[in-house]
Amino acid sequence: MKVRIKFSKYGALRFIGHLDVMRYFQKAIRRAGIDIAYSEGFSPHQIMSFASPLSVGHTSEGEYFDIEVNTFTGEDDMQQRLQAVMVEGIDILKVKLLSEGEGNAMASVTAASYLVSFRDENILPAGWQDELLKFYNQPSIPVIKETKKGEKEIDLKESIYDLQICPGILHKGQERAAQTEIYLLLNASSGGNIKPAFVLETFFKTIDFELPPFAMLVHRLDTFRNLGTEEERKLVPLIWEK
Amino acid sequence: MRKLALNDEILMQVEKPARYIGNEVNAVMKDKNQVDIRFAMCFPDVYEIGMSHLGIQIIYDMLNQFEDVWCERVYSPWVDLDQIMRKENIPLFALESQDPIRNFDFLGITIQYEMCYTNILQVLDLSGIPLLSKDRRDDDPIVIGGGPCTYNPEPICDFFDLFYIGEAETRYRELLDLYKECRAQKLGRKEFLKRAAYIPGMYVPSLYEVAYKEDGTIKERIPLIDDLPMTIVKEMVTDVSHTYYPEKPVVPFIKVTQDRVVLEIQRGCIRGCRFCQAGQLYRPVRERSLEMLKDYAVKMLENTGHEEISLSSLSSSDYSELSELLDFLIAKCGEKKINISLPSLRIDAFSLDVMNKVQDVKKSSLTFAPEAGSQRLRNVINKGLTEEIILSGAHLAFEGGWSRVKLYFMLGLPMETEEDIRGIAELCNKIAAEFYETVPKEKRTGRVQIVASTSFFIPKPFTPFQWAPQCTKEEFLEKAYLTRTAIASQLNQKSIKYNWHEADVSVLEGIFARGDRRLNQVILKAYQKGCIYDAWSEYYKNDVWLQTFKECGIDISFYTTRERADDEIFPWDFLDCGVTKQFLLREWHNAQKEVVTPNCRMQCNACGAARFKTGVCLEKREEQLS
Repeated sequence: MKVRIKFSKYGALRFIGHLDVMRYFQKAIRRAGIDIAYSEGFSPHQIMSFASPLSVGHTSEGEYFDIEVNTFTGEDDMQQRLQAVMVEGIDILKVKLLSEGEGNAMASVTAASYLVSFRDENILPAGWQDELLKFYNQPSIPVIKETKKGEKEIDLKESIYDLQICPGILHKGQERAAQTEIYLLLNASSGGNIKPAFVLETFFKTIDFELPPFAMLVHRLDTFRNLGTEEERKLVPLIWEK
Repeated sequence: MRKLALNDEILMQVEKPARYIGNEVNAVMKDKNQVDIRFAMCFPDVYEIGMSHLGIQIIYDMLNQFEDVWCERVYSPWVDLDQIMRKENIPLFALESQDPIRNFDFLGITIQYEMCYTNILQVLDLSGIPLLSKDRRDDDPIVIGGGPCTYNPEPICDFFDLFYIGEAETRYRELLDLYKECRAQKLGRKEFLKRAAYIPGMYVPSLYEVAYKEDGTIKERIPLIDDLPMTIVKEMVTDVSHTYYPEKPVVPFIKVTQDRVVLEIQRGCIRGCRFCQAGQLYRPVRERSLEMLKDYAVKMLENTGHEEISLSSLSSSDYSELSELLDFLIAKCGEKKINISLPSLRIDAFSLDVMNKVQDVKKSSLTFAPEAGSQRLRNVINKGLTEEIILSGAHLAFEGGWSRVKLYFMLGLPMETEEDIRGIAELCNKIAAEFYETVPKEKRTGRVQIVASTSFFIPKPFTPFQWAPQCTKEEFLEKAYLTRTAIASQLNQKSIKYNWHEADVSVLEGIFARGDRRLNQVILKAYQKGCIYDAWSEYYKNDVWLQTFKECGIDISFYTTRERADDEIFPWDFLDCGVTKQFLLREWHNAQKEVVTPNCRMQCNACGAARFKTGVCLEKREEQLS
């Protein structure tokens, strides 16, 4: 049986990298006494698959992983048992038993939504918001993207599914709300993942402003799969109740 | 929500920010307004090393069981953060509360190896605590040291207010109560230390002076108060089955060196190898009961979620109920896919059988520690391992499918000759030959892999070799060269790989190991010139150290290569680790006569530890049984 787990990451835990989060959950599953399935072979490991790695420093309320279990004690029970062994900085938000034949978390990911804000908005050039909307509303945004195989020119516009500017609200683990937040819905598929920082760095370059290091705060809202087609997307969160 | 001591910009800049954020599973949080004593427990090296240390986990657990105490952890910031903290004047903080160390009541530092001495100064310095005990004021934390290096605390005694000699489980409650009492009466730091000096196991270095003879050796120790104890006897847990041990050790987020449940099955060792300090310091050997170990193994695995458990002791094969314990663990761990790791096992039919049960089919390598290349020299060091035992162990292992063997040796042992060194190469060759004789051609998947490693022997206090001269750097390197050429001339040389340690750092370690109070100034000065992380070869600055010794007018050879007379007063002689100097001297003479001393289970050798009336000293011996 395959179970999908949704969790959040905030506070001090944003400094724990993806591989360490995986190790953390391997141990947490043992502490919670969950009857997870192990792979066959000489060195058996837990059958576990993470949706989409989150960069160190980012917070999130939309992280997912799948596990294979031998016995299932119910969604609420598993959620409570896992939550009971968490540390401050990771909360188990939802647990869902997947139906037969559903693709694993990693392969299903199509998009992710983010809120980006700035540590100090006052350093930004006046009128940046209008410029950002102008940038987004161009018919195409050719950029050079560095990949494992070298540099490649892509149209960034194709990978930005939405961009909005909104007033900031207070998120869990934050000391205070930001003035402004930029909502981004971006391609997060394994072949075309775009990081929110890359979008904004590209934008600021076009208006000749160099963003100082660590100026942005990135918060992932959710991770999505596509129920529609390539042309006509119907994006839903990885755990989705109709 | 906890506020972190370091801001996001810094945490994003440094390597592995998880070293500094605390918040790990099982880390203890308390309300600081509800406790009387804030205790910062420090391992003066990087997080991944410090978090792998069992002793700190035991003390952390014990102190946090006291309702009036909150014990937190602190480690050496890595060099990247060290620089930022100095530049931006950020005080060193404890991981749990993220509060500055200088606001604590105690800073406890465990001193596990000599090469961390400058890191002790780094921790004090970054905390904003005066480096010298004499400069500290009433509102500075009490700096207390513990661990194996405190069996010769003199080279670092100026930096500590207090040393705790021996095992921590016994006297902390008494010490903390005294502290609370002195604070309630507003008696101040000096008076507290004066009173602490009368608690067993406590050494307050500022209350003693040392007079030297003309030749530089010690004339006498002079207590500054008349009735101060002249000898400090180590503290020891007599019943190791009913004492503090962590049921919920802290689980780090990042991978650390010891990333597993550590079950200490016994303390001490019956063997009495003459180079080994631990083998003398922790006498007599005391076993934890099978019931306790079973209980803790289950609880610790449940509370941490670790996927591996390791048995810890100086010589696990000597634990009398090992087979029962392993049966239990194999059954328990098998169902949960938990690995069992078994370091320090003697290679024989039993251990190979166990390893077959608990380890991957991909056979890991086997380890032998003959320590010396010839039987004669093994008799000198009292290492009971014979060539016959090694070869028959290797034979069994090769039959069982193993093909990788690691061998550990020491170079520079007392009374070592070139022949002994060539013996290292010959032994490696014989093991390789054993492989080719044992495993028929069609079953071989390749060559046998033999890895021989040598370290340089450093005489340590409270060992029979505390009288022995240490080699010079040049002698060390010559011996390593000789080993290499001897291995290269063997028939099976292609199957043998040879590694050796660096010599510079072994010389420095030797100076500190048998050093005296005059070394404090050298360590201080070297630190001020930028020496830290000396245990990390990429940061070790040998030229700075040598220059500093010169500037301080200190002759290195006085501490290393000098011949010591039988009746010399050593800097550590005022400590009593249970084993008498008389016994150690007898053993030193036995070494010179190449006479082997039987282990504690075979015969009592009257080392002095029997006065603790516990452990192996109370067991019926083989001679009495037969």
